[in-house]
Amino acid sequence: MEARDLLDPEKLKLKVKRRRKIDKIFSLFALFASLLGLLLLFAFFISLIVKGASWLSLSFLLGTPSRFPEKAGILPALVGSFWLIILTAIFSIPLGIGAAIFLEEYSKKNFIARFIQINISNLAGVPSVVYGILGLAVFVRFLALGRSIIAGSLTMSLLVLPIIIIATQEALKMVPKTIREASFSLGASQWQTVRYAVLPVAFPSILTGIILALARAIGETAPLIAIGALSYVAYVPRSPADPFTVLPVQIYTWVSRPQKEFQDLAAAAIIVLLLLFILLNALVVFLRYQSRKRVR
Amino acid sequence: MSNKAKKTFPFFSSKLRERAIERLLSLSSYLSILTTILIFFIFLVESIDFFREVSIVEFFTDTKWTPLYKPQHFGILPLLAGTFLTSAIACIFATPIALLTAIYLSQYAKPAFRNLVKPGLEILVGIPTVVYGYFALVMLTPLLKQIIPQIKIFNALSAGLVMGVMILPIISSLSEDAMTAVPKHLKEGALAMGATKFETTLKVVIPAAKSGIIASFILALSRAIGETMIVAIAAGATPNLTLNPLESVQTMTAYIAQVSLGDTPFGSIEYKTVFAVGFLLFLFTLVLNIIGKLLLGWKQEIY
Repeated sequence: MEARDLLDPEKLKLKVKRRRKIDKIFSLFALFASLLGLLLLFAFFISLIVKGASWLSLSFLLGTPSRFPEKAGILPALVGSFWLIILTAIFSIPLGIGAAIFLEEYSKKNFIARFIQINISNLAGVPSVVYGILGLAVFVRFLALGRSIIAGSLTMSLLVLPIIIIATQEALKMVPKTIREASFSLGASQWQTVRYAVLPVAFPSILTGIILALARAIGETAPLIAIGALSYVAYVPRSPADPFTVLPVQIYTWVSRPQKEFQDLAAAAIIVLLLLFILLNALVVFLRYQSRKRVR
Repeated sequence: MSNKAKKTFPFFSSKLRERAIERLLSLSSYLSILTTILIFFIFLVESIDFFREVSIVEFFTDTKWTPLYKPQHFGILPLLAGTFLTSAIACIFATPIALLTAIYLSQYAKPAFRNLVKPGLEILVGIPTVVYGYFALVMLTPLLKQIIPQIKIFNALSAGLVMGVMILPIISSLSEDAMTAVPKHLKEGALAMGATKFETTLKVVIPAAKSGIIASFILALSRAIGETMIVAIAAGATPNLTLNPLESVQTMTAYIAQVSLGDTPFGSIEYKTVFAVGFLLFLFTLVLNIIGKLLLGWKQEIY
């Protein structure tokens, strides 16, 4: 704006008006952009339900994969996913919480602690397929566990560990210092303080982090493909040593087939997967709500 | 020591027990270092094995990638091109939308709107990627085919666009954090001078939040490069040295998935390619992640 325009009230008014208009248009544009992602998601879901809902039935949930789409079901994949999640939880939760407690409550803030911290945050960014290759070399081959549920869940544990550690650390950081000091002043040891003062307070947020990590594990496909989870499993796995498939791998198998019926089956299986996913997320929302109520 | 604790560990003296617990906890945190060492060790050993049979020069200059059939060629360039192409499409699509979102949420939106949209967007990152793959192949590609008839069934464009939807929240969420963290007095100074919100955003907020915004972009790019299922489902399995988004391409990750699904015998050269490609992928994402984290770390020291 030139200086002499400022002296002319009419021109000035016009300029300000124009600048306000630009601001208004921009804000509408930005509003649209911020809703675009959610709108796309919504459109996806609608067409997903249109394609898949009619295939959902009890026989679909309880059946085994088949060459004939109308007979195909997802029971082995569901059971496989279930096994995988349970074992992953057993392996990763104690280790993850333990590591987080050590880093937050025990270790001095020295070079090694900082190194571990950076290392964990880098591990959280490693592509999941890389964990799959690692699992293939270490668990499937070196430890000779084969392409079993146990190898799959160990691989998955490595993948979710950094997520659990970081979430638990955040939860521990939220615990007020005064609680620790009160515990120490009563003569409690470090571990007693952690166990009876810090962990109960942090528990709801830790649980939230764990559930989100396990939700991630339920949906992961690439690492399991890399360790060689079978794409066709016609029977329900009975022990952790059995070969297996999981829901996402089953979906991948069906999506990759050219026939429309199988792609619709994939849509039905995706609905089931997303329902599980939504259930876990709802649990998180509920827990957050509960813990907020308790603090008040 | 409490009674409860005495019952659990009657044999240990309190001090011994404390030390044992600390040791146990420290071991679990060292596991993360072990994981990193394992990744480096295994990938290095297998990659060195691979490069005994294939020269590094061939690996980086040959323009064909055909390890699974004769005549075998081991030129990584087509896979790199595929990875670059799909990630670039994703970033080009996601970045403007994500930045506008971040600007709207941090500068214009009412708190209630923000508290609704932000978690909603963050759900997008959590959706299993195989689901995105389905969206790309079954929904977006037929749609694109109607607009651009010559597009292949498996193509980089569809996979890239859907990948863009996936990484959108990474950019918007981190950028919004960076924009919200801009000191209030800078913003208010501009507003007090009569600048509109748009002008303030453009000339004050964005320059101040620059490093956070760049970091969000880099971390999203890293995620796009490492993404496997979307490209494995929708971009195809033809290593193709092209930058044409309508063509079918294969990314590094999709190649790894393809080999894993086949019956590749352990120890064969095809098996080793997975490690060489995986190592390169790991290094790419590691470097990007470190740059991104460094940028986020510097953010606090600017003012």
